[in-house]
Amino acid sequence: MEVTRREFIKLAGLASAGAVVTASSGALLTGCSPLVGMEDESLNDTNMGMITIPSRCEEGCTGCIDACNKMHNVPKHDNKDHEIKWIWETEFPHAFTEYMENEILKERMEHVPFLVMCNHCSNPACVRVCPTQATFRRKDGMVLMDYHRCIGCRFCVAACPYGARSFNFKDPKKGLEDPVPNPNFPTRTKGVVEKCNFCSERDIHGSELPYCVEACANKKGGVEASALIFGDLDNPEFKERIEKIQKDEKLIPLRRKEIAGTQPKVYYLV
Amino acid sequence: MYDTSKIVIGIIVFLAVFTIPFWYSQVSGDADEMPEIVIAPEAGDQCVEDVDYMRAKHMDLLNTWRNDVVRGADREYESDAYPGVIYDKSLTDTCLGQCHTNKSEFCDQCHTYVNVEPGCWECHNIVGE
Repeated sequence: MEVTRREFIKLAGLASAGAVVTASSGALLTGCSPLVGMEDESLNDTNMGMITIPSRCEEGCTGCIDACNKMHNVPKHDNKDHEIKWIWETEFPHAFTEYMENEILKERMEHVPFLVMCNHCSNPACVRVCPTQATFRRKDGMVLMDYHRCIGCRFCVAACPYGARSFNFKDPKKGLEDPVPNPNFPTRTKGVVEKCNFCSERDIHGSELPYCVEACANKKGGVEASALIFGDLDNPEFKERIEKIQKDEKLIPLRRKEIAGTQPKVYYLV
Repeated sequence: MYDTSKIVIGIIVFLAVFTIPFWYSQVSGDADEMPEIVIAPEAGDQCVEDVDYMRAKHMDLLNTWRNDVVRGADREYESDAYPGVIYDKSLTDTCLGQCHTNKSEFCDQCHTYVNVEPGCWECHNIVGE
């Protein structure tokens, strides 16, 4: 077969272009996946969750909320549109919208306050939609965020059925005193999303509890009387403890918006 | 070749502009004064790893620490250079809090010299200064 000079140059050009594209796309792909092989091996398979008992809450008490806000440098902005919330109080109709067609319940529960926060779902919608893996579900059942990777697209804010995620429209330092309340915990920055982290910075698998639970227990004089209970939902001892409370105080466990299918792990004993 | 002089001048101007990043700092003298790194008295004799490694790779180390802590809740770092020594993986507590209490003289001087602006301190608090 005879190859003309023109054909040879064409072929050589094509071949080298192909080589460059293959090599560079390979480099790009490996560059894009720094999380491959990053396993959370140091963690045990647990299923951390929260039990809240609204009837144990004292009227006007904001101990848990204050403790969380202080220890996590949660900013307070004047404009309500810029609000950042990790754990907060809302009324029953806002937390359990699906029950509001039930006239009897509606009348009885209309102004009953409920503590709400991130539900650390077993099937989290936020994790599914995050394009950068900035938010992820850890082996111990906690849904957490890597603020370094968050690009502020707010898909997760839209996906979360509980409104548990807040976006930093403003520099959070503008809503905090200087120096910040807890210098050992980083603030976030303008343009990232944030939410409750079940105090992942603490030794919650060991001797410590989340700050909100700790604050409540301290106020009530012990974990047994606390309105917030934190633990491994798969642990038989923990299960037994919760079942006993349900039996003794005649309570049933509710979860928010079960119909969304996210399997929330914050239970309300009512 | 037509217009040789114009083309040659054009090429020279283009090359001069294109290579600005390589010669500007030499000409302007910005690069002449090497910053003097001040080690705070709290720092002691050794860093987490040896000095050469830290000088070249501290950002890689911090990146690894970040992923370990955020994704694996793994906070303990055992030094390669000093086996048996355990450090808490924390920029604020360990690096700035225990040793480099003089961020402006230690971190900032070098970062300014090489014209990098790391975003670490937008969120991580500075203690000690």
